Amino acid sequence: MKISREDVLRVAQLAHLDLAPEEVETYRGQLDEILAYVGKLQEIDVSNVEPMTQMQPRSADGAATADAKAEPELRDDVVVPCNVADAVLAEAPDAAKPFFRVPKVIER
Amino acid sequence: MSAAPTWTIASVRDALASKKTSARELTKDFYAQIERRNPELNAFLALCPERAYAQADRVDAALGKGHPLPPLAGVPVAIKDVISTQGVRTTCGSKILETYTPPYDATAIERLEKTGAVILGKTNCDEFAMGSSNENSAYGPVRNPAALDRVPGGSSGGAAAVVAAGLAVVSLGTDTGGSIRQPGAYCGVPAMMPTYGRVSRYGLIAFASSLDRIGPFATNIADTATVLSIIAGRDPNDSTSAAVAVPDYLGEIEKPIAGLRIGVPEDYFGAGLDPEVKAKVLAGIALLEKLGCKRVPLKMPHTDYAIATYYIVATAEASSNLARYDGVRYGVRVPGSTLMDMYRKTRERGFGPEVKRRIMLGTYALSSGYYDAYYLRAQKVRSLIARDFADAFEKVDAILTPTAPTPAFKLGEKTADPLAMYLADIYTVTGSLAGVPGISVPCGKTAAGLPIGMQIFASHFAEGRILQLARAFEKAGGFSI
Repeated sequence: MKISREDVLRVAQLAHLDLAPEEVETYRGQLDEILAYVGKLQEIDVSNVEPMTQMQPRSADGAATADAKAEPELRDDVVVPCNVADAVLAEAPDAAKPFFRVPKVIER
Repeated sequence: MSAAPTWTIASVRDALASKKTSARELTKDFYAQIERRNPELNAFLALCPERAYAQADRVDAALGKGHPLPPLAGVPVAIKDVISTQGVRTTCGSKILETYTPPYDATAIERLEKTGAVILGKTNCDEFAMGSSNENSAYGPVRNPAALDRVPGGSSGGAAAVVAAGLAVVSLGTDTGGSIRQPGAYCGVPAMMPTYGRVSRYGLIAFASSLDRIGPFATNIADTATVLSIIAGRDPNDSTSAAVAVPDYLGEIEKPIAGLRIGVPEDYFGAGLDPEVKAKVLAGIALLEKLGCKRVPLKMPHTDYAIATYYIVATAEASSNLARYDGVRYGVRVPGSTLMDMYRKTRERGFGPEVKRRIMLGTYALSSGYYDAYYLRAQKVRSLIARDFADAFEKVDAILTPTAPTPAFKLGEKTADPLAMYLADIYTVTGSLAGVPGISVPCGKTAAGLPIGMQIFASHFAEGRILQLARAFEKAGGFSI
């Protein structure tokens, strides 16, 4: 058993999930089984391997391939009109234009 | 059992041009079919008749004035419910977005409508595209039109089922680890995952950003090529969309395939592969050989590590992407005594079990003390899997494999065992991790009549070659081999 109840509760707290008591044991067992399976990644020697941190196509030696630009094309940094505030706030569960309203976070 | 789909993009075009029907009439016919079939299939989550008829009327008006028809004029299409549609409810199959109506259209949607497509509605899927059977939808599972007691595959189960059942001519799905190709195989329709960056994801609600892709379902390869050529290409609103020219996929599908080298990796034909699936896919490969392709045996040694790699990388990204659902800006809010209490209650009640499981797995893999052992290591193994593909494409023009290890399984068969469910993606996640394009094409049926899929991979941006092989295979009768 790699994953304890405390691990599940710690992760649920980090992920802002208010798990019901019966869920804790279910997830503990399932995460334990999945992580045991994932453990097979430890079999591979990765000491000389770079992590794949971006998705631009690369050839076998790691060089960017000729048929795609290595760097994404970026827009000019200019202000463009964006009058979406009303449409966006209309989707909010609780809004008071121009704000989203949430439970009080500052005590006075 | 389903009636075979009868309409194609070309037949819609002919019928409109020869005035056999109007776009409005056709739209009406499709809605009538949907009304009849959807109660048993549960494939559509929302319909948008106002939008559809307005578009159909625009097409009919243009036709009346003698204007040339755009490529998808009057073609009824369906959209997986993770792609944003302005004014049309978009839930991602989740309770947490039960009330969400996007204020804008995804680029892929804009491009479809600009070329005349009639969007009928939104299709059911696993919650936030997480699943391989469509059983993780908060709105109930989709049933496979080929066998109603079986799953349609997932996560784009609805998008696959509606095309297979003739309730839309084409549809858009999304593929993160197999979510287009595997349901395509289970439902018996061509299903394409384009290269990472080929199609803009602006307006696609994110699951795992280094993997997510939008792609088409259709009933034939010509329609697959047409839709891909419309949705592909650089979009200034998506910095990950590639500035690579879009070929005329349809114009090139009949190019000869004789002499192409097709790689067959032994790692995809081992233990766990259903014997009937294996036999049909090997017959499919033999057919391509008969058409002049040269078969090359391959080894892709890191294939066996792909599922483990995928379920770390994808869940890590999901845990980050899904942090945005907190009851503040959109979707459902469950009230709480404090801000934190509101977040936690909203997420606990809004997300279903698989989404919570993946958020926790991803959070664990990224958390202090575990990052190096899980996330960083998985990213390194991902490099090795990508290298397997790069090495293979030094020797071959395409790679041929089964799409999934089994045909569609029964509803409920794997829901109690998340890991068994994950293994349904064992042959598709590899290409997802490597970023290469792939298609699933129908490749006969089992003795019990369940569809089987054969997968074709090619190198980055070589969708044209995939479509040529798929077209030659289709033409030679491979779909019903």
